[in-house]
Amino acid sequence: MKIQVQTADFDLQSELNAMRAGRPDTGAIVSFIGLVRDVNDGKSVAGMELEHYPGMTEKALQQIAEQAQQRWELIDLTVIHRVGPLLPTDQIVLVAVASRHRGNAFAACEFIMDYLKTEAPFWKKEQTTEGERWVDARETDQVALEKWIAAGVPQDCAI
Amino acid sequence: MATTIELRFFASVREKLGISEEKIAVPDNVRTVGDVRAWLCSRGEPWSEVLAEGRALRMALDHEMCEPEAEIHAGCEVAFFPPVTGG
Repeated sequence: MKIQVQTADFDLQSELNAMRAGRPDTGAIVSFIGLVRDVNDGKSVAGMELEHYPGMTEKALQQIAEQAQQRWELIDLTVIHRVGPLLPTDQIVLVAVASRHRGNAFAACEFIMDYLKTEAPFWKKEQTTEGERWVDARETDQVALEKWIAAGVPQDCAI
Repeated sequence: MATTIELRFFASVREKLGISEEKIAVPDNVRTVGDVRAWLCSRGEPWSEVLAEGRALRMALDHEMCEPEAEIHAGCEVAFFPPVTGG
Protein backbone atom coordinates (compact mmCIF):
# COMPACT_ATOMS: atom_id res chain seq x y z
CA MET A 1 0.00 0.00 0.00
CA LYS A 2 1.30 3.44 -0.90
CA ILE A 3 -0.16 6.61 0.60
CA GLN A 4 1.51 9.88 -0.24
CA VAL A 5 0.86 13.62 0.07
CA GLN A 6 3.24 15.64 -2.08
CA THR A 7 3.69 18.88 -4.03
CA ALA A 8 5.34 17.10 -6.98
CA ASP A 9 3.40 15.69 -9.93
CA PHE A 10 3.01 11.91 -10.37
CA ASP A 11 3.21 9.58 -13.34
CA LEU A 12 0.29 7.16 -13.74
CA GLN A 13 2.18 4.54 -15.72
CA SER A 14 5.09 4.40 -13.26
CA GLU A 15 2.66 3.96 -10.38
CA LEU A 16 0.75 1.18 -12.15
CA ASN A 17 3.99 -0.56 -13.15
CA ALA A 18 5.13 -0.53 -9.53
CA MET A 19 1.81 -2.03 -8.44
CA ARG A 20 1.80 -4.95 -10.87
CA ALA A 21 5.51 -5.78 -10.54
CA GLY A 22 5.96 -9.12 -8.79
CA ARG A 23 2.21 -9.62 -8.32
CA PRO A 24 1.18 -12.11 -11.03
CA ASP A 25 -2.09 -12.76 -9.18
CA THR A 26 -3.26 -9.25 -10.14
CA GLY A 27 -5.96 -9.41 -12.79
CA ALA A 28 -7.19 -5.82 -12.69
CA ILE A 29 -6.06 -2.34 -11.75
CA VAL A 30 -8.63 0.46 -11.69
CA SER A 31 -7.30 3.99 -11.43
CA PHE A 32 -8.88 7.40 -11.00
CA ILE A 33 -7.18 10.75 -11.54
CA GLY A 34 -8.72 14.03 -10.39
CA LEU A 35 -7.72 17.14 -12.38
CA VAL A 36 -7.86 20.90 -11.91
CA ARG A 37 -10.70 22.31 -14.09
CA ASP A 38 -10.56 25.81 -15.50
CA VAL A 39 -14.17 26.45 -14.53
CA ASN A 40 -16.06 25.86 -11.29
CA ASP A 41 -19.47 27.08 -10.15
CA GLY A 42 -19.79 29.27 -13.22
CA LYS A 43 -16.50 31.07 -12.72
CA SER A 44 -13.29 30.85 -14.66
CA VAL A 45 -10.49 29.34 -12.55
CA ALA A 46 -6.91 30.46 -13.22
CA GLY A 47 -5.37 28.21 -10.56
CA MET A 48 -5.73 26.91 -7.05
CA GLU A 49 -3.87 26.35 -3.82
CA LEU A 50 -4.42 23.09 -1.96
CA GLU A 51 -4.02 23.25 1.80
CA HIS A 52 -3.95 20.21 4.08
CA TYR A 53 -3.47 19.21 7.72
CA PRO A 54 0.01 17.68 7.95
CA GLY A 55 -0.01 14.69 10.27
CA MET A 56 -3.74 14.14 10.03
CA THR A 57 -3.96 13.89 6.24
CA GLU A 58 -1.77 10.81 5.90
CA LYS A 59 -3.54 9.15 8.81
CA ALA A 60 -6.99 9.86 7.35
CA LEU A 61 -5.97 8.48 3.93
CA GLN A 62 -4.48 5.41 5.59
CA GLN A 63 -7.70 4.75 7.48
CA ILE A 64 -9.80 5.14 4.33
CA ALA A 65 -7.51 2.69 2.51
CA GLU A 66 -7.75 0.21 5.39
CA GLN A 67 -11.54 0.43 5.33
CA ALA A 68 -11.48 -0.41 1.62
CA GLN A 69 -9.22 -3.40 2.33
CA GLN A 70 -11.62 -4.63 4.98
CA ARG A 71 -14.58 -4.37 2.60
CA TRP A 72 -13.04 -5.96 -0.46
CA GLU A 73 -10.30 -8.44 -1.20
CA LEU A 74 -7.61 -6.21 -2.69
CA ILE A 75 -4.04 -6.92 -3.71
CA ASP A 76 -2.60 -3.43 -3.52
CA LEU A 77 -3.58 0.21 -3.59
CA THR A 78 -1.97 3.58 -4.17
CA VAL A 79 -3.26 7.00 -3.13
CA ILE A 80 -1.28 10.11 -4.08
CA HIS A 81 -2.69 13.55 -3.33
CA ARG A 82 -0.94 16.76 -4.27
CA VAL A 83 -0.88 19.99 -2.24
CA GLY A 84 0.36 23.52 -2.93
CA PRO A 85 -0.22 25.62 -6.05
CA LEU A 86 -1.85 23.88 -9.05
CA LEU A 87 -3.01 25.01 -12.49
CA PRO A 88 -5.84 23.89 -14.80
CA THR A 89 -5.06 20.50 -16.40
CA ASP A 90 -2.76 19.61 -13.47
CA GLN A 91 -3.28 16.28 -11.75
CA ILE A 92 -4.55 16.57 -8.16
CA VAL A 93 -5.14 13.03 -6.98
CA LEU A 94 -4.49 9.44 -8.00
CA VAL A 95 -6.30 6.44 -6.57
CA ALA A 96 -5.32 3.07 -8.04
CA VAL A 97 -6.57 -0.28 -6.80
CA ALA A 98 -5.32 -3.72 -7.77
CA SER A 99 -7.31 -6.91 -7.31
CA ARG A 100 -7.73 -10.35 -8.86
CA HIS A 101 -10.89 -9.36 -10.73
CA ARG A 102 -12.25 -6.01 -11.84
CA GLY A 103 -15.35 -5.84 -9.63
CA ASN A 104 -13.54 -5.25 -6.35
CA ALA A 105 -11.10 -2.81 -7.93
CA PHE A 106 -13.88 -0.69 -9.47
CA ALA A 107 -15.86 -0.59 -6.23
CA ALA A 108 -12.88 0.08 -3.96
CA CYS A 109 -11.56 2.87 -6.19
CA GLU A 110 -14.91 4.69 -6.08
CA PHE A 111 -15.24 4.06 -2.33
CA ILE A 112 -11.81 5.53 -1.61
CA MET A 113 -12.54 8.65 -3.69
CA ASP A 114 -15.95 9.17 -2.07
CA TYR A 115 -14.45 8.91 1.42
CA LEU A 116 -11.45 11.06 0.52
CA LYS A 117 -13.80 13.81 -0.72
CA THR A 118 -15.57 14.07 2.64
CA GLU A 119 -13.11 12.75 5.24
CA ALA A 120 -9.56 13.70 4.24
CA PRO A 121 -8.45 17.16 5.44
CA PHE A 122 -7.71 18.98 2.18
CA TRP A 123 -9.07 22.39 1.19
CA LYS A 124 -9.04 24.10 -2.21
CA LYS A 125 -8.70 27.83 -2.66
CA GLU A 126 -9.37 28.96 -6.20
CA GLN A 127 -8.08 32.00 -8.01
CA THR A 128 -10.93 33.23 -10.21
CA THR A 129 -11.37 36.31 -12.38
CA GLU A 130 -13.18 37.87 -9.41
CA GLY A 131 -10.50 37.11 -6.85
CA GLU A 132 -9.74 34.24 -4.51
CA ARG A 133 -12.36 32.00 -2.91
CA TRP A 134 -12.45 28.86 -0.80
CA VAL A 135 -14.28 26.06 -2.56
CA ASP A 136 -17.48 25.05 -0.77
CA ALA A 137 -18.07 21.41 0.10
CA ARG A 138 -20.67 19.86 -2.19
CA GLU A 139 -23.85 18.27 -0.98
CA THR A 140 -23.46 15.63 -3.70
CA ASP A 141 -20.19 14.46 -2.11
CA GLN A 142 -22.03 13.75 1.12
CA VAL A 143 -24.72 11.86 -0.80
CA ALA A 144 -22.01 9.76 -2.47
CA LEU A 145 -20.60 8.88 0.93
CA GLU A 146 -23.95 7.96 2.42
CA LYS A 147 -24.59 5.47 -0.35
CA TRP A 148 -21.66 3.40 1.01
CA ILE A 149 -22.87 3.71 4.59
CA ALA A 150 -26.37 2.59 3.55
CA ALA A 151 -24.89 -0.32 1.62
CA GLY A 152 -23.37 -1.71 4.83
CA VAL A 153 -20.77 -4.43 4.54
CA PRO A 154 -20.68 -5.39 0.87
CA GLN A 155 -20.49 -8.81 -0.67
CA ASP A 156 -17.10 -9.59 -2.11
CA CYS A 157 -17.48 -9.17 -5.83
CA ALA A 158 -16.73 -12.24 -7.94
CA ILE A 159 -16.60 -10.61 -11.37
CA MET B 1 -5.42 22.48 37.43
CA ALA B 2 -6.03 23.88 33.97
CA THR B 3 -5.48 21.59 31.00
CA THR B 4 -3.03 22.77 28.35
CA ILE B 5 -3.97 21.89 24.77
CA GLU B 6 -2.83 22.67 21.23
CA LEU B 7 -5.27 24.37 18.88
CA ARG B 8 -5.04 24.19 15.10
CA PHE B 9 -7.08 26.09 12.51
CA PHE B 10 -7.22 25.51 8.77
CA ALA B 11 -8.40 27.05 5.50
CA SER B 12 -11.14 29.72 5.77
CA VAL B 13 -11.33 29.28 9.56
CA ARG B 14 -7.59 29.99 9.86
CA GLU B 15 -7.89 33.05 7.61
CA LYS B 16 -10.89 34.53 9.38
CA LEU B 17 -9.32 34.06 12.81
CA GLY B 18 -5.94 35.28 11.60
CA ILE B 19 -4.20 32.47 13.48
CA SER B 20 -3.11 28.94 12.55
CA GLU B 21 -2.17 27.51 15.92
CA GLU B 22 -2.16 28.30 19.60
CA LYS B 23 -1.11 26.54 22.79
CA ILE B 24 -3.51 27.36 25.55
CA ALA B 25 -4.65 26.42 29.05
CA VAL B 26 -8.39 25.82 29.26
CA PRO B 27 -10.43 26.04 32.47
CA ASP B 28 -11.47 22.88 34.33
CA ASN B 29 -15.06 23.01 33.12
CA VAL B 30 -13.88 22.72 29.50
CA ARG B 31 -13.87 18.95 29.02
CA THR B 32 -14.87 18.22 25.44
CA VAL B 33 -14.04 19.52 21.97
CA GLY B 34 -17.50 21.11 21.91
CA ASP B 35 -16.68 22.84 25.22
CA VAL B 36 -13.47 24.18 23.65
CA ARG B 37 -15.46 25.57 20.75
CA ALA B 38 -17.98 27.27 23.06
CA TRP B 39 -15.22 28.59 25.29
CA LEU B 40 -13.36 30.08 22.30
CA CYS B 41 -16.62 31.71 21.16
CA SER B 42 -16.77 33.48 24.53
CA ARG B 43 -13.67 35.43 23.48
CA GLY B 44 -15.95 37.55 21.26
CA GLU B 45 -15.31 38.57 17.65
CA PRO B 46 -14.06 37.05 15.41
CA TRP B 47 -14.20 33.80 17.42
CA SER B 48 -17.91 33.99 18.23
CA GLU B 49 -18.67 34.47 14.53
CA VAL B 50 -16.25 31.94 12.98
CA LEU B 51 -16.87 29.13 15.49
CA ALA B 52 -20.56 29.91 16.11
CA GLU B 53 -22.80 26.97 16.86
CA GLY B 54 -24.78 25.92 13.78
CA ARG B 55 -21.99 26.93 11.43
CA ALA B 56 -20.68 24.12 9.18
CA LEU B 57 -17.47 23.24 10.95
CA ARG B 58 -15.52 20.03 11.29
CA MET B 59 -13.52 19.15 14.38
CA ALA B 60 -10.60 16.83 14.98
CA LEU B 61 -9.04 15.51 18.18
CA ASP B 62 -5.48 14.20 17.92
CA HIS B 63 -5.70 13.93 14.10
CA GLU B 64 -9.07 12.12 14.04
CA MET B 65 -12.36 13.66 12.98
CA CYS B 66 -14.56 13.86 16.05
CA GLU B 67 -17.93 14.85 17.45
CA PRO B 68 -18.34 17.70 19.96
CA GLU B 69 -18.63 15.11 22.74
CA ALA B 70 -15.03 13.91 22.29
CA GLU B 71 -13.14 14.40 25.56
CA ILE B 72 -9.94 16.42 25.60
CA HIS B 73 -6.84 15.59 27.65
CA ALA B 74 -3.63 17.36 28.59
CA GLY B 75 -1.39 17.91 25.57
CA CYS B 76 -4.04 16.94 23.02
CA GLU B 77 -4.40 18.64 19.64
CA VAL B 78 -7.81 20.09 18.81
CA ALA B 79 -8.46 21.36 15.29
CA PHE B 80 -11.30 23.35 13.74
CA PHE B 81 -11.79 23.64 9.99
CA PRO B 82 -14.46 23.91 7.28
CA PRO B 83 -15.89 20.85 5.49
CA VAL B 84 -13.11 19.38 3.36
CA THR B 85 -12.81 19.91 -0.40
CA GLY B 86 -9.92 17.78 -1.66
CA GLY B 87 -9.84 15.24 -4.45
